[in-house]
Amino acid sequence: MSIQIRNISKSFGTFRALDQINIDIQTGELIALLGPSGSGKTSLLRIIAGLEAANQGAILFGDEDITHVSTKERKVGFVFQHYALFRHMTVFDNIAYGLRVRPRKSRPSKPEIEKKVKELIKLVKLEAFSNRYPSHLSGGQRQRVALARALAVEPKVLLLDEPFGALDAKVRKDLRRWLRKLHNDYQITSIFVTHDQEEALDVADRIVVMNEGKVEQIGTPEEVYDYPNSPFVYHFLGNVNLFKGRLHNGKLRQGHFEVDAPEFLGAENTEAVGYVRPHDINIEREKSPDAVAATVIYIHMIGAVVQLELIRTDTGDVLEAELTKEHFRSLNLITGVEVYVKPKQLKVFIPEDYSI
Amino acid sequence: MARLQSMKMKRVGVLPGFGLSLGFTMFYISLLVILPLSMVFINTVSVEWAKIWQTISDPRVMASYKLSIGASLTAACINVVFGVLIAWMLVRYRFPGARIVDGLVDLPFALPTAIAGIALTTLYTKNGWLGQFLSFKVAFTPLGIIMALTFIGLPFVVRTVQPVLQNLDQEMEEASASLGANRLQTFVKVIFPELLPAALTGFALAFARALGEYGSVVFIAGNMPMRTEITPLLIMTKLEQYDYAGATAIAAVMLIFSFILLLIINLLQWRTNRKFI
Repeated sequence: MSIQIRNISKSFGTFRALDQINIDIQTGELIALLGPSGSGKTSLLRIIAGLEAANQGAILFGDEDITHVSTKERKVGFVFQHYALFRHMTVFDNIAYGLRVRPRKSRPSKPEIEKKVKELIKLVKLEAFSNRYPSHLSGGQRQRVALARALAVEPKVLLLDEPFGALDAKVRKDLRRWLRKLHNDYQITSIFVTHDQEEALDVADRIVVMNEGKVEQIGTPEEVYDYPNSPFVYHFLGNVNLFKGRLHNGKLRQGHFEVDAPEFLGAENTEAVGYVRPHDINIEREKSPDAVAATVIYIHMIGAVVQLELIRTDTGDVLEAELTKEHFRSLNLITGVEVYVKPKQLKVFIPEDYSI
Repeated sequence: MARLQSMKMKRVGVLPGFGLSLGFTMFYISLLVILPLSMVFINTVSVEWAKIWQTISDPRVMASYKLSIGASLTAACINVVFGVLIAWMLVRYRFPGARIVDGLVDLPFALPTAIAGIALTTLYTKNGWLGQFLSFKVAFTPLGIIMALTFIGLPFVVRTVQPVLQNLDQEMEEASASLGANRLQTFVKVIFPELLPAALTGFALAFARALGEYGSVVFIAGNMPMRTEITPLLIMTKLEQYDYAGATAIAAVMLIFSFILLLIINLLQWRTNRKFI
């Protein structure tokens, strides 16, 4: 089921939670709504589920306008951050709930319900727990029950609100792999909300980056990570170093340091900021004319990459850099040495508000 | 010595003062509850058994048991239904005067019960404000007694259910809706089971209160032997006749009855609670 979100706006009092949101989601896609808290991502998800009403705009499932259809009729599976399991029902009863509340004529028979629920319990690997109550399960198990419960009604759309937010790191990683696999097997159009960029990059087909009730960028994980279209997206997805300077003749210049910024050839004497990922920073021991001098202040050597913290000698700004272990060894670095830093790749934005 | 030390080790917990608070609790409960109640039994057994049996199985007394227990149970049942309704109203909806209604609920707690009795009687007698419009009699019938007992028991259910309803996770209802349930199904299958333990507590409290109620009932009951005499009234009558043994014997019967009923309700509650806590 494809989903079209058209011009959705929502205000709470004077606070504009969502402002003219337009997103097209293809059938079978797994979409991440990514943004900081207060960006409106959960509101949008709840509007898609029909748990909240938009002030204007429309939601279409396929060709059908479901803006004014109640949650009950929308046939969406919704998974809550805090599971929202029915505490007084066993795992089995929780999963069977959606089938049992169907009107008599469309309700499956008892053996059919049992078969279906057992299948789902197997799918979420909770065979030994079907008679337990939610309070006797761990967080990861509870969230799996919640997923099975949502899947039991064979939803056309699966909506997940920070599904792994309340779980610890290890379980979270396992569960999102499992979700990815589940999605590959079943191909239900799914939208999940997260504030964890790593989770979004890891799981989603496409990511919708949201900020202050607006969509900042929509794209595949590679697109939004490698080609952010705004400083916000740069900041939000991964670490970034800032090189402030002035644009002049297609170059971003600060002191004697300058880099090419060909897309701003026309800009004259404009303040601008260059954004560089830590792994796009090149470090040399020899002085070169267009590099910046910096001092290594911290070396963090865990895993395949070595993370360095540096202080620029000229401005005192802190920079972060990532090197491979081999490169790090060949440079023979220790804390306190002076090195010369040059961005390999840099994206320049002219700030609208310099306070960022 | 080692054993003594290990015993001492066990006692050391995070919270200090276990011994002191246990001792104080036991002393307090003994002084206020166990001692007076055991006096009832001690007083009773001082008389010979045949006489006790005669007193407590007297038809007039038997009728009063039936009335007291029957009316109290009925009143508690009515209170559960409407108490849950009022609690729901107060928690879930915003309406003008909600705070005032919320305050009014406690009034039966605060009002001297005799005043309630007199007020209800004047309303419901044959030519009272409300009584004149009714084709059946309320005052001086068991119906009137149930009315008075319902009045004094109302706050118990409202005040026990209200906080539970307030803390109820709204997401459970949203989950229920997203799974295709309608409002009635959500209430019956999701909300009500959550409220049940609190409603049972409210029921038990309202029932216990009604069983011992005296002040409000004596006015509206009319106190006709075999018809509208409640047990507490009979006890009062016996006391006025200086028949202390008879009074305590009846009291003991009531006490055992209440104890058994409260025990059953507690067991029920334990069963419903055990599942998910």
